[in-house]
Amino acid sequence: MAEMTSSGSAQVTLPTDEQILITREFDAPKHLVYRAWTTPELVERWWSGRRGRVTSAEIDLRVGGQWRYVMEASEGFEVAFHGEFREIVPGERLVNTEVYEMPGADPLPPEDEPVNTITFTETDGRTTLSCLMQCPSKELRDMIIESGMEAGMQESMDLLEEVAVSLR
Amino acid sequence: MARAATTADAFNAVAEPRRRQILDVLARGERPVGDLVEELGLAQPQVSKHLRVLREVGAVVVRSDGRRRLYRLNGEVLKPIHDWVKGYEQFWSERFEQLDVVLEELKDKEQGDG
Repeated sequence: MAEMTSSGSAQVTLPTDEQILITREFDAPKHLVYRAWTTPELVERWWSGRRGRVTSAEIDLRVGGQWRYVMEASEGFEVAFHGEFREIVPGERLVNTEVYEMPGADPLPPEDEPVNTITFTETDGRTTLSCLMQCPSKELRDMIIESGMEAGMQESMDLLEEVAVSLR
Repeated sequence: MARAATTADAFNAVAEPRRRQILDVLARGERPVGDLVEELGLAQPQVSKHLRVLREVGAVVVRSDGRRRLYRLNGEVLKPIHDWVKGYEQFWSERFEQLDVVLEELKDKEQGDG
């Protein structure tokens, strides 16, 4: 995949105790990045990364509208997220809640739902996407990061397995 | 990674935005406290207080150079934080690589239509 990483990797920083900031530059104008971000058939193609496949992506792109993505992880379990759009400036900016549907857990009270602000900024035909996640607490923020760490470790295990298999 | 919720923990020490600013400045090289005061626009007692917290967790080390005290970054202590975020960053990098593929197609399609 080396030829696809010309735009570099995602940058993750922690501006405050309750925030996660993800930024990445794309070699495409912002209306296309926005389209890929908000069109269900396109979200299906990138949202799971390399960790499974998206089995459902629903987006009701209007203020107060809901979105819900479901992915089937390579290991077989399902992961679902949903939320509500709070603010939409087409091609420029989205504000939406993002809730992980934890199996067996009660839903979060609305004021405890993480809120994402996504901005699309274009310079010379390239787009910088930034996604600022505002969490209600440091505990939840840390949990989100750690979920990624587990996934990262899983991936390392997968790679290790690949290497091991290739040595057979 | 298990984390202790004490201030004597590098994670907590760098949670404070001003302290992260200090680390950013020190990332560019060793500095006396006066430089930090100037760059951050803070009073010296505040900068010193932040430096003390950073020194307590080992994120910053100090040495004497004549009458000056020079502060520098100790990257080793900050590595666990970097590692902690890295898994999450890796996950987003994968997503974005897939998004790159989608965008290449959208660009081709648009050019074809135009």
